[in-house]
Formats: sequence, C-alpha cells, structure tokens
Amino acid sequence: MSTASLAKPQPQEGSPTMAGPPHGITTRDLCLWYAKFQALKNITVRIRHGIITSLIGPSGCGKTTFLRCLNRVNERYGYVTTQGEIQIHGKNIYDADVSLIELRKQVGMVFQRPNPLPISIYENVVFGLRIHNEKKASRSELDAAVEKSLTEVGLWNDLKDRLQARATSLQLEQQQKLCIARLLPLKPDLILMDEPCSSLDVEGTRAIEELMRELRGRYTIVIVTHNMAQARRASDECIFMLLGELVEHSRTEDLFLSPKDSKTADYIEGRYG
Amino acid sequence: MTSRASHLAVATFAGTPFVRRKERNEMVAKCFFGMMAAAMIVPLILIVGYIVVQGWPLLSWEFLTTNPRGGGVRGGVWSALIGTLYLVGFSLLISAPIGVLAAVYLNEYARDNWFTRVVNLAVVNLAGVPSIVHGLFGLGAFVYFANLNEGKKSIIAAALTLAVMTLPVIIASTKEALSSVPVSFREACWNVGATRWQTIWRIVLPNSISGILTGVILQVSRTAGETAPVMLTGVTTWKMIESTGWLLYHPVKDQCMALSMHLYYIATQASGAPKALPFAIATVLVGAVVLVNATAIIFRIYLRSRKKW
Repeated sequence: MSTASLAKPQPQEGSPTMAGPPHGITTRDLCLWYAKFQALKNITVRIRHGIITSLIGPSGCGKTTFLRCLNRVNERYGYVTTQGEIQIHGKNIYDADVSLIELRKQVGMVFQRPNPLPISIYENVVFGLRIHNEKKASRSELDAAVEKSLTEVGLWNDLKDRLQARATSLQLEQQQKLCIARLLPLKPDLILMDEPCSSLDVEGTRAIEELMRELRGRYTIVIVTHNMAQARRASDECIFMLLGELVEHSRTEDLFLSPKDSKTADYIEGRYG
Repeated sequence: MTSRASHLAVATFAGTPFVRRKERNEMVAKCFFGMMAAAMIVPLILIVGYIVVQGWPLLSWEFLTTNPRGGGVRGGVWSALIGTLYLVGFSLLISAPIGVLAAVYLNEYARDNWFTRVVNLAVVNLAGVPSIVHGLFGLGAFVYFANLNEGKKSIIAAALTLAVMTLPVIIASTKEALSSVPVSFREACWNVGATRWQTIWRIVLPNSISGILTGVILQVSRTAGETAPVMLTGVTTWKMIESTGWLLYHPVKDQCMALSMHLYYIATQASGAPKALPFAIATVLVGAVVLVNATAIIFRIYLRSRKKW
C-alpha cells in the first residue's frame, strides 16, 4: 500500500534549511494540459521536507495548478492531462497503486477563501477522523484531537467554550485557521496553501504567517502567494514561475537579493506581473 | 480656475427635466411590475374562492367518506379520493428515489462527456413531453406490453406512467438543489480524502435536502391533477371500493377511480348532477393537494429544526 511508502520520515533536528534534510517533494518533467492549453511545462523541482517553500509568479503562470497537482485534485476535472512524475517521500504519486484517499489524507490543502464546512467547529476538526476511521472513534479520542489541533493553530482559548457553534459564523481569520486545524488530526506530511491570506486583513495575514512559522519543521509547507513581500517574509525557499515554466528556485533571500535569471529580477522589481 | 470654484459653490443638486423624466419612468415601471405581481394572486384567489363557495353546500365529512351513488350524481367521492391517493403515492414511491439518485449521479459523479450531455438533454426534453403522450406510452408499455393486468388498465400501470412523467422534473429540480451547494464545500471534503459518497452523505445531501423535497412535493399536485395519462392506463369512471375502515386494501393490479377523472365525468357526462357537485369535487382535489403539500412542508421544517442552526 501507498501508506507505507508515504510514511513520514523522521524529522531532522536543527535548522531544516541546512544541507541534509530529505527532499519532501521531487517532480520530474511534470507537464499538465487543460484540454489543449499547456499550463505546466517540464517542471523539475525538489522541495525540501520541513520548510516553507513559496511559489510566486504573475497570474496564470501555473503556480496554483502546480500546487493542485501535488494532491492530484486537478484530476477532478475531466479535461486535465498530466505527464511526468511527482515523488512525495520517494513514492511516485501517479503510480497505479496509490490511493487518492490516502494521498489526500497526507497532503492537505488550504484554499484562498476559507472554506469551513457548514457544520460545527468541533465537527469540522474531527471530519477527517470520522471519514478515515474504520470504527467509530471514541468521544474522548475526538475531544483530544480537537483540543490538540485547535491548540496547535492557536484557536483553542478563543473557541473552547463554543465548539458547537457553526463554523461558518467565525471571523475569516479564524475560519482559515480552522481550515488548517481540520488537516492536522490526519497527521499530514504536507500542507499546501493556495494564497491563504488573500481574503484576510493585515492582522489575519500576520496571524496565519505566524501559524505557518509555528508549523514549520513538523510539516512541509508549500504556499502559493501573489504577495512578494509575503513570500519574502514567510518562506525559506522560493520558486519563481512564469508561463508554466519554473524559472528559478533558490533560498528566498538569494532569490530576492541576487536573482540569477533576468526574468526573476524584472518580476521582483515589479516591471511586470 | 475661479469659474470652476464658483461653479462648485453653487451646486444645488436640482433635478433637470431629464432627471424628472427618469424618475417618472421609474415610478411607472415600479407600478407596472407591482400590478403584474398582484395579477398573479387575483386569479388564484378568485378561482379557489369561487370553487369553494360553489361547492360549499355539499361539503361534509359524509361527502368524503361515502361512495358515489346514482350514476355519480348522489353520494360522495370516497373511491375517487382513495384512487387519487394511491396513484400519487405509488408514482412518487417509484419516481422520487429513482429521480433523486439519478440526479445525484448526474450532478456528483458523472464527468462532462457526450453520454452525460445526452442524458441531460433527454431529461430536459422528456420534461416537456405532453402528458397525453406519456399516457399513450404507458398504455403501450405497461398495459399492453408489460401486460400487468391481462391487457387491462391497472393502478400499477397508471402509477408507472405518472412516475415516468414526473421523473425528469424531479431529476431537474434535484440537480438544481444539489448544485446550489457550493463547490468549495466539496473541495474541502475531497482535500481531506473524503470519497464522493462521504462528501454527498455528510455535506451535500444535508445541505440540499429541503430543496430536493420541495421539488418532489411540487410533483404531488401535478400527479394528482393529471387526467389524460391515468385515463388511458388505470383510471375508470366507475369502480367502487368499500368505505369501511382506514386500513384500505386496494389491489394495485385493479383499476381505480380518481378525483380528476371523476370531476371530468361529472362535469361533462353525468346528467342531473347538482350544480354544486363538480365544485365540491374540485374542492376536495385542491384540498387533498394542499394537505399533502402542507405535510411535506412541516416535514421540511422539522428537518431544518433538527440542525442546530
């Protein structure tokens, strides 16, 4: 089963950006077409485990498409064709024996607009446990998972007295944190974030970025962002994409201070985009 | 510069003739649309009111629970009422589950390919087929071909015909209700590894059930009122059932009476019927539909109230 091969490697001690940590995601010649339009062109990249990697680039450059390949959610749409290879912890996720259910359990996604389910806060957090556990989880297990996950995202103190309230009635920032908390009980390896702050205000953005920093090390985080300043603030490594191609991938400070490619330099200086 | 400043200073926001004309048009449009909306209510009140007032002298508990006598001109509507309930009940029992499940497939599972498109097109076109055509189809398919009652009409054949007739409408309305559940909810489920069925069962259906029910309920009144298709497949003008007791056994392979058909018969064929009789039958028909609709609405409210929000 894919579960075994997708098992999480031991997290490395010390600074994860130093040489040595295993590569969380490796893609080779990844191409993707929406019907006839090629949205990704030969993406070959290695994304390290346990750090935050940001994807930047102008609208339509394929960064969201790339992100959505990593848990194969793109395939929900019939006209998408994919070629190439994506390895997550050494396992090609396009192999025939990979179960999409197990894959998505371990590769969680956070969306642009917070999308809590229209059920209670409590049920949102345990939703994953409920759908993945063969036998009914006991009340105390669920309670523990809720407390742990909400504590991890910093919502526990605010929400512990109204866990039965409707999740969609929370403030946007809390909703987005809840969407992250919803992934945690499943112990994902990888958290994908698709512009998680674009519908949040300054405070909300700060809170989510802080949360990302908290989660860094335990989870591999890949974040798509429109906001270059955010990529600079919040990520360890940065990937610049343009027209479906990967232009540059390096440490964030290197990419912003001394970009190797002139297209990267033009973009980060705001000459287009 | 100075002229502009002075211009600003004397702004009075006075309406020009053009502005006044626009405001007048706005008033006219508003009144016109309002009248059209009111025009919808007036016939409803007039028709229902007229029917009830005209039929009032005959209406009683007796009228409901006794069988027609004397060629239909005396007695009540018992057999016809029960026949209609049977037809509506059985047809919905067949069409509601099939229709809802088919709509779930079409909306949640089916990929957008030529097959799905053909099915969707068929649904739309089938919904537009006149009921008499459905009746002829039922006559050929269920009465003669399937031979459910030795080549004669039967309740089950009529119910199947009504089911075929209501199926596309139920599919269309259920699809509508399902697609009103935001895609983001589904994506949220898929992205934690929920299967489509888990997504449907836990999120999509609970959030669309009242819309689905509304679509099904609307078909109650439609099936209760249909005459043409049931006339050809299962309803006769004269077939009594015993009016004793509430646990009714009405063999589904038999023919039955129906309110709509009875109304047609009394109004056009029977001689010497009291003037109030057709109106009384019509009142019972309308009342039965309202009663079923009300029950379903109460059930819907109950479903909603079970949610904590």
